[in-house]
Amino acid sequence: MTTILDPTNERVPVARTITPRPAAITGNVAFLDISKPRGNVLIDRLQELLSERLPEVTFNRYAKPTFTKPAPDELRQQINAENDFVIEALAD
Amino acid sequence: MSMAVGPFSLSNLAGEDVSFAADGPSLVCFVKEDCPTCREVMPVLAAFHAAFAPNMEFHVIGQTDSGNAQLDKTFAPPFSLLDDSTLKVSFAADIDTVPTLFVNGADGTPVHTLIGFVRSEWQALAQQLSAQLDSATPALDWDELPEWRPGCGSLSVDPLIADRLRAESENSPLRARRIEIGGADDEVEFMFDQGFSDGLPLVPPTPERVLRMLSGTQRDPQEVLAVMPPNMGEVTVEKVAINAVMAGCKPEYMPVINTVVQAICTDEYNIHGVMATTMGASPVIVVNGPIRERIGMNMKLGALGQGNRANATIGRAVRLLIRNVGGAEPGGTERSTLGNPMKFTMCFAEWEERNPWQPLHVERGYNPEDSVVTVFTMSSGPTLIVDQDSRSAAELAGTMGLCLESAFNPKAHYATDCLLVVVPEHIDTLLRDGYSKADLRARIQEVTARPIRDLVANDISGTGFKREMAASMTAEQLDKKLPKFKSEEDIHIVVAGSEAGKFSGAFHGWATGEIGSISVSRRIEEL
Repeated sequence: MTTILDPTNERVPVARTITPRPAAITGNVAFLDISKPRGNVLIDRLQELLSERLPEVTFNRYAKPTFTKPAPDELRQQINAENDFVIEALAD
Repeated sequence: MSMAVGPFSLSNLAGEDVSFAADGPSLVCFVKEDCPTCREVMPVLAAFHAAFAPNMEFHVIGQTDSGNAQLDKTFAPPFSLLDDSTLKVSFAADIDTVPTLFVNGADGTPVHTLIGFVRSEWQALAQQLSAQLDSATPALDWDELPEWRPGCGSLSVDPLIADRLRAESENSPLRARRIEIGGADDEVEFMFDQGFSDGLPLVPPTPERVLRMLSGTQRDPQEVLAVMPPNMGEVTVEKVAINAVMAGCKPEYMPVINTVVQAICTDEYNIHGVMATTMGASPVIVVNGPIRERIGMNMKLGALGQGNRANATIGRAVRLLIRNVGGAEPGGTERSTLGNPMKFTMCFAEWEERNPWQPLHVERGYNPEDSVVTVFTMSSGPTLIVDQDSRSAAELAGTMGLCLESAFNPKAHYATDCLLVVVPEHIDTLLRDGYSKADLRARIQEVTARPIRDLVANDISGTGFKREMAASMTAEQLDKKLPKFKSEEDIHIVVAGSEAGKFSGAFHGWATGEIGSISVSRRIEEL
């Protein structure tokens, strides 16, 4: 028997609980552009299509300052406070 | 920890459990069979036992199982030796020497500690105990005994055993989760299976090895050096030591690794982006100052290559930390399209003594006698700058500029930075014409300056300035020349390599500035 010490951050992998899925999309939906080239083009088109299908929904647009770094805390909190859903767009 | 014998439970020669509560008058002596002094005191202990055992708790503790049996056979003592072959009681008592004899008073507090055999001390103790306990005097002819005998080293301080004991003791500095690997399992295979590895075998981070690694730093093992993305894992000094063991480091490399961890986990350096980019970026670690020599780093022949333990394993330890504590794994948040062999390790020292200019750390604001790490983000390289022909500084610096223009692609101006590693023979050519670092930088910018019209996307290469943007520019705007680098500060210069060979090297950068990664230097504070 050999004992070794755990080299990891010891966050035991646990199955993440997914937020319950609502039956309908209502309220506010955030579009988060991570600021990769043409991310805005992708979101423009998505917003166009979704607006037709969901006329009652309000869409809000957000962008990360740079795609290379995690989103700032304030931005995450703002998105959370102002929206019921979020769609994040990667692009290139 | 101070020397005293606390409560214990050990087996005697008959295999019976004997408990000691340390709450009353007692005499406890530690012995080891292969110690001549211990054998010398066995008859003395027998006489002490006859005199005092009726009035105080009396234990003699041996450090090996077979040694106890041997002592019992040779001396037939009136007491049954207790077995401390795990050495836990010896370790807890903090003894360095055998024999060590402890006497506790009526309330269990330590009163006397005798180390080795000094006849006058043992005789005085005998008289004192006889008086205090109203006991008989031990039947000994003191004059027959040697005046003085040094003891022997306690097995609990044997270097081969002490680290294990320290790791297992209650006040062990280790807090990391312990993982038991079954006896039938291969440790190295197990670590591959757990995903701890960069693809090469790892040294198993046993508690003993991790403790030895921690001896290389003055920092508290639980100090949090940084919080490392993407999983925001807390990098404690202990986690650094564990990964350093796996990488194959020596303890004296610890201060360098600790400092690199702090440098890469800054917002400027942005290790998150460096790992996540599809481009295949990775840190290059440059070490300056006296620590280079102290830990035996390579800055000369083959400095950027394999074969030197410090260079190879410091870089590897940092990468393992990024993987195991930060959580950046290829295919997870590490998304490099092609990958890059420098992602295994890339660390070297600058040959400051062969550098006619200021070494990197001095240029970046530190004192020459400081030991400093600088982290730079590379996306390719070292690419060679092969110039065996230029005889003037301007010609050679011109070649360097033309080679550097290929960073990203030749039309990508103002896009990145670079780390230029100039070799000694090239230094000599540059010095012949009295070139400074500033001259070298200026020449690189001069020979790479192109009019924007040459940098526009075209039929030969579709990258560069956008055609539609160029279409809206005036002739004058299109004639404006742009050098390769946005600023001369984007050209970092160090000296390394052997005396022979006109082959300098260049690491091409990644996204530079706020959007990407800015080089960070940090002094190694704990020296």
